[in-house]
Amino acid sequence: MDQLFNRKYIIQGLFVLIALILLGKLFYMQVISDKYFLSANNNALRKIYTYPARGVILDRHNNVLAQNQPTYDLLVTPNQVKPFDTLSLCKIIGIDMVQFREKFHKAIVQSRYQETIFQKLIPVETYASLQEKMFNYRGFSVRKRTIRYYPDSIAAQFLGFMREVNPTDIEKHAGYYKPGDYIGKSGIEREYETVLRGTKGVTNMLYNAHNVAQGSYANGKLDSLAISGDQLTSTIDSRIQKLGEELLANKVGSIVAIEPSTGEILAFVSSPGYDPNRLVGNKFSPNYQEIYGNPNRPFVVRPIQGGYSPGSAFKPLDALIALSEGVVDPNTTFNCPGYYIAGNRRFKCEHVDGNISLRRGIARSCNTYFYNIFAKLMTKNGSSYAKQHITYEDWQNKVRKFGIGDTLGIDFPGEKAYKLYRAADYDKLHRGKYWGNTSIMSVAIGQGEINTTPLQMANIMAIIANRGYYLKPHVVKAIGNGKSIAPRYKEKHSVGIDPRYFEPVIDGMEDAVNQSWGTATESRLQNIIMCGKTGTVQNSRGKNHSVFIGFAPRDNPKIAIAVIVENGGYGGAYAAPIASYLTEKYLTDSLSGRRINGSTIEMYKEANLLPVFTTKPLIKPLSKPDSLKKTDSLKKTIPVKTKVAQNQPNKLAIKPKDNATSK
Amino acid sequence: MQHQSNRFFFNVDWITILIYVALCAIGFLNIYSVKFNPDKSEAFSFAAEYGKQLIFIITGLVLGLSILLFDAKFFSVFAPVIYGVTIVLLLIVLVIGRNVGGNQAWIPIGSFRLQPSEFAKFGTALLLARYISSFNLKLNSLKPILISAAIIILPMTLIMLQPDAGSMLVFLSFMFPLYREGLPGNLLIIFWGAVLLFILNLFLSPYLLISAILLIGALFIYTNRKRQQKMISIGIITLIAVAYLFVAKFMFNNVLQPHQRTRIELILGLSKDNKGAGYNVIQSKIAIGSGQATGRGFLQGTQTKLKYVPAQSTDFIFSTIGEEWGFVGCFVVIGLYIFLLLRIVNIAERQRSSFSRIYGYCIACIFFFHVFINIGMAIGIMPVIGIPLPFISYGGSSLWSFTILLFIFLKLDSNRMGFI
Repeated sequence: MDQLFNRKYIIQGLFVLIALILLGKLFYMQVISDKYFLSANNNALRKIYTYPARGVILDRHNNVLAQNQPTYDLLVTPNQVKPFDTLSLCKIIGIDMVQFREKFHKAIVQSRYQETIFQKLIPVETYASLQEKMFNYRGFSVRKRTIRYYPDSIAAQFLGFMREVNPTDIEKHAGYYKPGDYIGKSGIEREYETVLRGTKGVTNMLYNAHNVAQGSYANGKLDSLAISGDQLTSTIDSRIQKLGEELLANKVGSIVAIEPSTGEILAFVSSPGYDPNRLVGNKFSPNYQEIYGNPNRPFVVRPIQGGYSPGSAFKPLDALIALSEGVVDPNTTFNCPGYYIAGNRRFKCEHVDGNISLRRGIARSCNTYFYNIFAKLMTKNGSSYAKQHITYEDWQNKVRKFGIGDTLGIDFPGEKAYKLYRAADYDKLHRGKYWGNTSIMSVAIGQGEINTTPLQMANIMAIIANRGYYLKPHVVKAIGNGKSIAPRYKEKHSVGIDPRYFEPVIDGMEDAVNQSWGTATESRLQNIIMCGKTGTVQNSRGKNHSVFIGFAPRDNPKIAIAVIVENGGYGGAYAAPIASYLTEKYLTDSLSGRRINGSTIEMYKEANLLPVFTTKPLIKPLSKPDSLKKTDSLKKTIPVKTKVAQNQPNKLAIKPKDNATSK
Repeated sequence: MQHQSNRFFFNVDWITILIYVALCAIGFLNIYSVKFNPDKSEAFSFAAEYGKQLIFIITGLVLGLSILLFDAKFFSVFAPVIYGVTIVLLLIVLVIGRNVGGNQAWIPIGSFRLQPSEFAKFGTALLLARYISSFNLKLNSLKPILISAAIIILPMTLIMLQPDAGSMLVFLSFMFPLYREGLPGNLLIIFWGAVLLFILNLFLSPYLLISAILLIGALFIYTNRKRQQKMISIGIITLIAVAYLFVAKFMFNNVLQPHQRTRIELILGLSKDNKGAGYNVIQSKIAIGSGQATGRGFLQGTQTKLKYVPAQSTDFIFSTIGEEWGFVGCFVVIGLYIFLLLRIVNIAERQRSSFSRIYGYCIACIFFFHVFINIGMAIGIMPVIGIPLPFISYGGSSLWSFTILLFIFLKLDSNRMGFI
């Protein structure tokens, strides 16, 4: 035995000492104190969750866009239930005996001893009559919670909807959600879920054998209060949002308006829309399926998911790059004989202008002018394939700086990135064969391999309005009281073009709206200089899309806007008038009631441009059997068409009209 | 020769095996009780947890007895290999492991899940025993202490990456065998003193703590006022302790990541009701307190039946014992454990080979740590660290690991007359 042998006693002593401490504490807990003793009859300690009020969503002028309304869940603890008048309960909550048995059985399967939801989302009116009779229904209890209410019924896709959590959500959020809780599933509700939801409160409540609460355990020392969600101030202006939705009623399209100096989004319209109040409470499921089944896909958030060729709206950008590269100056003229010949192809122009300068070229939206510019740009370093390859790569990098070809990083879920071709992509497209400016000429006028979201188009206008920079577009102005937004929305992003190159381009855009020879005269405003550009976008889905982008006023611009009306024809036909009305409303807070192209604003609102589905809708309604299968093709069109009409939000009255009304 | 080989079973310490079987049986009964459902009277099922546990116990026993058939030299010779294998397993689990409850601690093998951190314990115990027993090593110089520490810290680090704080902390128990083998006691005092200060630092106000340290330092200096040398060293230690407070606070607030901070706070029970840890403890305490002196009786525990205590067959199995068997049952269980621990230490001290002795201390301290933390957690005097109660908690990996730990020792002991 060595001299360390004695340490054995120290270690053994430690074992015994700790054992005595454990036994001492156990003796105290089990024999001496009755603090921890609960008799077999009253041993139920349950966690009761109190749900916080969800944060309210406001518009930029503090008008309420989304608030809360109370609703109630009926809970049951199966082993506490005594025989009672089940029929009366069924009557109150509006179910039949079969459903009652089903629900009760389900509750038993879940747990005999713990509360489970029996009937959820009981409206206030039902709750009033239920409450009077509750004493009859032993084992049942009611829990209050809140659901959303949208006072103006606007901005459905913008706000998004809430839905019961699924197992994936529960797992992802590390135990915050319990089955039956609600979570923001789309739009702002989703993006700002953690801010809006607040924190659930917990009460460790003691119950006796009769399931009567005996008070909080340990005097509430372990309880916590529910903390309400933070209020969100969005950047939306509900006046123009509402007007925009009305103007796009019965049309497929999108409107995005941005405040250039801040990047705040003023309007975020996606049409067709739906009444957000339809996706609330116990009406959720049937309405969700119906909206989901609409062939015009109201759930697509077109401002950030719709991909459109910018068309002529791309021309200002062309001009800016050409000016900054020095291949043209504002006085450079090109001859427009009504077409442009590139290689062995002939591209049409809409008009014959003769010698035309930059300013007039923009105002007249002269294709020839921009084909010439583009050819000059692409061949400025030489016209060999290798040189043009490098020049194109350089050019598209400059275009990317305008926020095209990738997401803009808006604080909103689901933004899509549309591809802008790199030189290598064209190599692939042409399968290794040489290509040059003549093969990709359509890009010059915003057609072909170029796609942008409406948000990106509006952002380009914000860049021009700011003379060369933008702030990332975003939808939330303030979180809670004084909590500021993410710093990335306060950074200026320069596009690397000197401000002096912007004025000539803006001159052209001013003329486009304000001179008789302009293409966007429909958007002209009194006393306000609007600058803009129309686009008429060819597409594979039928009639051209009507596009307008612009900003106003010319000096110190307050609003940059992009309007796309699918299958609306010329830019001046629908997009420009709609932009005009919205801008007028935003800048003057009134509408003068003027006619544009002879039509009143009401006529624009009522115009119906919805596509007629002669074939099956793109997406089948979820659960409805295809009863139309065996009917002939004529009959097929009719029910689908009427269905489309029925799907419109109720408040936008539908007046059946022909497809191309009002012009 | 024949006499020697037949001694395999004769020399085995049957009393220890008896305690082992008793603890396993207690475990089985209580797991049965937790899973027993008064609503549905069902036949005994091997698919239920108690059925599986019975399989684990039987296979564990077979495993243990087959360990007795090994040559006792095997364990000391192959210690580095076994240690290496457990380290490799710990690495594998980080790559292909299944994530259960936030810890990536399990390797799925068919329908079973292997938990390498359980097996890392005996790998580490074996290598530590082998290393310290070699070349008449003295554990009072720096190099052997550092090497021993490295052997312990390597698996700890890998387990922390899973991250499984509970299993990681178990490795701290290796400090006691080191102490037995000559690690200066002051080192232990300094280590635990630093840990204690770190924890107090989080609970108490710094001013209070600093004044307390200064006061104690002054007191010691006063009592040693005749010996200048000692006064100076006490003064230096006091100042170091105060400086340590600041450094620790700074490290905690500025160097650690927020999630690491939360983890520490969670281990110490500082953050309230995180993932319901506080709730588990209340429920467990109520269950145990409701057992009173003699308990509610087998299968009669209502807290147990109503599933108010989460993880009741694994980490909180002691609450069932407390509720159904009362203080008497708790006394018996703790008594069995203490008897087992003291017996292991006594057996260890009678070994001729220092390898066997060190290994014995290692497993005694591992068992001790598990028992102390697990029961302490169930009665609310220890933070909630999810580690199993040896031989009683539900779970194949832990039961087998404890069985292997124990039976290797029994084998070494049965061979105590030979040289290893």
